[in-house]
Amino acid sequence: MSSPEYPREELRRDFMQLTRRDLGALCASVVAATALAGRAGLALAEEDNGTAAAIQAFTGGAEVGEGGVTLGAPEIAENGSTVPIEVSADGAAAIMILASANPNPGVATFEFSALSGSSSAATRIRLAKTQDVIAIARMGDGSFSMAKRQIKVTIGGCGG
Amino acid sequence: MATVKPRVKVPKSAAVGEVITIKTLISHDMETGLVKDKKTGELIPRKIINKFVASFEGAPVFTASIEPAVSANPYFEFTMTVPGPGTMRFEWTDDDGSVYDTESKIAVA
Repeated sequence: MSSPEYPREELRRDFMQLTRRDLGALCASVVAATALAGRAGLALAEEDNGTAAAIQAFTGGAEVGEGGVTLGAPEIAENGSTVPIEVSADGAAAIMILASANPNPGVATFEFSALSGSSSAATRIRLAKTQDVIAIARMGDGSFSMAKRQIKVTIGGCGG
Repeated sequence: MATVKPRVKVPKSAAVGEVITIKTLISHDMETGLVKDKKTGELIPRKIINKFVASFEGAPVFTASIEPAVSANPYFEFTMTVPGPGTMRFEWTDDDGSVYDTESKIAVA
């Protein structure tokens, strides 16, 4: 891995001169970088099931903000075939729920009305494996907001 | 599939303007179309409830568009501001076109 501009001997000498503290900092940054890369890789892999396209279809390409949406779910779901979740977003006209690593991303879309006491609902969903569940709310003023939450699944919920 | 049985939990009486919580459950296998029959190895065709509508005196209260990722025996919980006495109607639409429904009356205390 030595480059012509930086011969191996020199590299080794530099490395030997590193203090303990430097080494600690180096390790921390390597760990952070690995974690970041892992996360990015995971996110990319999960987009493959069409989550991005489903978001696009729901929002029509509008910008999706964050905040204002609550997604309640267990951190660990023992049985993926029935995971209780609840969503709420003050002033939302509709909320769409997506599962980012299911065979298909769509889960359900709730629409509220003037008679709704609050823009909140609860249901039970299937999750094939550990993944991020996403709730996107269409607010009364036409803006969009989302919440994301990882749910760990011990046993997948897609049957045989 | 045995008989499809809808069940709802609605307060029998409420005050005008009160926010009530409504719980609904319907017995249904919600076959995703992705599961193989263990004996024959054939895919079990998709058959789910794809739509749920709750309305009060004809006005929609809560609508859910449902994908196969909703669990078997789909359960929904939502809220309504009671506008007055009346009848709530709940309708579940199956992939095969059949509609299962039930009604519940709300009196004003």
